[in-house]
Amino acid sequence: MSSTADSSNPEKPLLFGGFASGMSSQKRHKLLLSIFLPAVAISIFLMLWSVSAKNIHTSLGTFPGPAQVWVQGQNLWKEHREERAKAAAFDERQQKRMEKAIADGKPPEKIEKMKKRKYTGKETFIDQIFTSLWTVAVGFLLASIIAIPIGIVTGMNSMLYMAINPIVQMFKPVSPLAWLPLITMVVSAVYVSSDPMFSKSFVTSALTVSLCCLWPTLINTTVGVSSVDKDLINVSRVLRLNSWTKTFKIVLPSAIPMIFTGLRLSLGISWMVLIAAEMLAQNPGLGKFVWDEFQNGSSNSLARIMVAVLVIGFIGFLLDRSMLGLQRLVSWDKNAVLR
Amino acid sequence: MSSYLEIDHISITFPTDNGPLEVLDSVNLKVEKGEVISLIGHSGCGKSTVLNIVAGLLQATSGGVVLEGQEVNEPGSDRAVIFQHHSLMPWLSVYENVRLAVDQVFKKSKSRQERHDWILHNLELVHMSHALERRPDEISGGMKQRVGIARALAMQPKVLLMDEPFGALDSLTRTHMQDSLMEIQQELNNTVIMITHDVDEAVLLSDRIVMMTNGPSARVGNILDIDLERPRDRLALAEDPRFNHYRAEVVKFLHDRHTAQPEASAPAAEKNGGPALRIAS
Repeated sequence: MSSTADSSNPEKPLLFGGFASGMSSQKRHKLLLSIFLPAVAISIFLMLWSVSAKNIHTSLGTFPGPAQVWVQGQNLWKEHREERAKAAAFDERQQKRMEKAIADGKPPEKIEKMKKRKYTGKETFIDQIFTSLWTVAVGFLLASIIAIPIGIVTGMNSMLYMAINPIVQMFKPVSPLAWLPLITMVVSAVYVSSDPMFSKSFVTSALTVSLCCLWPTLINTTVGVSSVDKDLINVSRVLRLNSWTKTFKIVLPSAIPMIFTGLRLSLGISWMVLIAAEMLAQNPGLGKFVWDEFQNGSSNSLARIMVAVLVIGFIGFLLDRSMLGLQRLVSWDKNAVLR
Repeated sequence: MSSYLEIDHISITFPTDNGPLEVLDSVNLKVEKGEVISLIGHSGCGKSTVLNIVAGLLQATSGGVVLEGQEVNEPGSDRAVIFQHHSLMPWLSVYENVRLAVDQVFKKSKSRQERHDWILHNLELVHMSHALERRPDEISGGMKQRVGIARALAMQPKVLLMDEPFGALDSLTRTHMQDSLMEIQQELNNTVIMITHDVDEAVLLSDRIVMMTNGPSARVGNILDIDLERPRDRLALAEDPRFNHYRAEVVKFLHDRHTAQPEASAPAAEKNGGPALRIAS
């Protein structure tokens, strides 16, 4: 292991100029391939999609092909722009009215009341994307805040691990759809407020996300913490580190790569769960968009749902990449297999 | 007068699925200050177990270890351990790895600046000053082991315990490391107990070689005094008849043991050797 470590180090300066230039052309070749091959695959996919879509006839018309979906994507963007323009126009009118009211010397209470009037147009597809992102962020953070500390404690205490492992294993495979009715009822009963900070549908969706994405982080943190190299633990014993120092200087840093693996799995699950949760909880995000379009049943609905599917997929991909970026930034284990 | 370090009739028995297994039977050894001792024996004979008991990482079932008149039965920085696999924190730089130990051991007795200088001094000693900011995965195996030695030396231990310190290194690097170790030992006069599988290494480095019988129930079979003046030069010694004689003695001991007892029981003993489980190289 020791003797080969140097030769496998990619940063080692190359000995031969000719070899070095060969490498760079090889790199360029690889880069071209990494663009070319996916492009070919995507074109084949689009072709297959458009051909097979033409042959699927539903009660809402033919299944949308790439062209229709593209048109609907543009429509959704246009609707968003129009809605924004309307909102801006409303704000402008509101502003003028207020100025006039102040000039007319209306009492301040009345002006306050006017100020509270907000634009009440419907949410656009773009707004719904952001609602979904916000909901998933809250649910995921809540789950992480719960799962990481529990994982650390169970990882350090094998008795506790033995005790709660069956519970974890049992709840891990439960579908979000099974939790949702229960959470909905509990939130309705418990979360009672005349001026709620969050809507109930939001709380329900976020909690469902938390409950389903808790487990990968919990399990991976436990494994990471419990499988610290024995030699490192012995070093900490020889140094007589107290348990606080041992936890924060040895155990946690050593478990960081595993914790991140768990977090990445959890984030993926939470995004998947969110769409289902929003559909049923009617949280105004992408899930609700899909559901509403389905219920709407216009000739454009399927294409608009298809737009949502692609956007959901792309955002899921971006979320995973950003988690990977964070992991690369924070984790010491730069050699971890990152896929 | 009592010795500097006394391993006083230690025995240890581990519970296994097939009933209790006695790994060490009354191992007895006296070590003087500044002495270098090698433990040699077939794999699984419990060498690592002896070392771990001295380190305090394992508790002897009977008998005990006395260091400077004080019984020791828990780990402490007065007995630094160097493991076969460097055991550096992969997320810390070379400097930070040594600092972790220095900060812990000299928290109260040294100022910040003194600790900094002490870290640099010890890394200088093992010729690693050029790589202070490197991470363990960016340096070679030999360099990692050097940092491990610097970390152990920085604790200013009374005894340096080395569990096959160079076993994972290629032979050229191992040669360098042995020379470095002799140099450092010459300068600091450390007391060292070292496990090795390498007969040449044992003869070259040690004042005495402790040969252990095969486990289970391993004991000290023979102790060989290596009466070669220091500093020792490996090239000159290679031609020296005394060196070859000592070498032959050890080989003969190991060979006799090998034929005397079948090796079948050996791996089980190693398995119970506690945290320092090693496979012979």
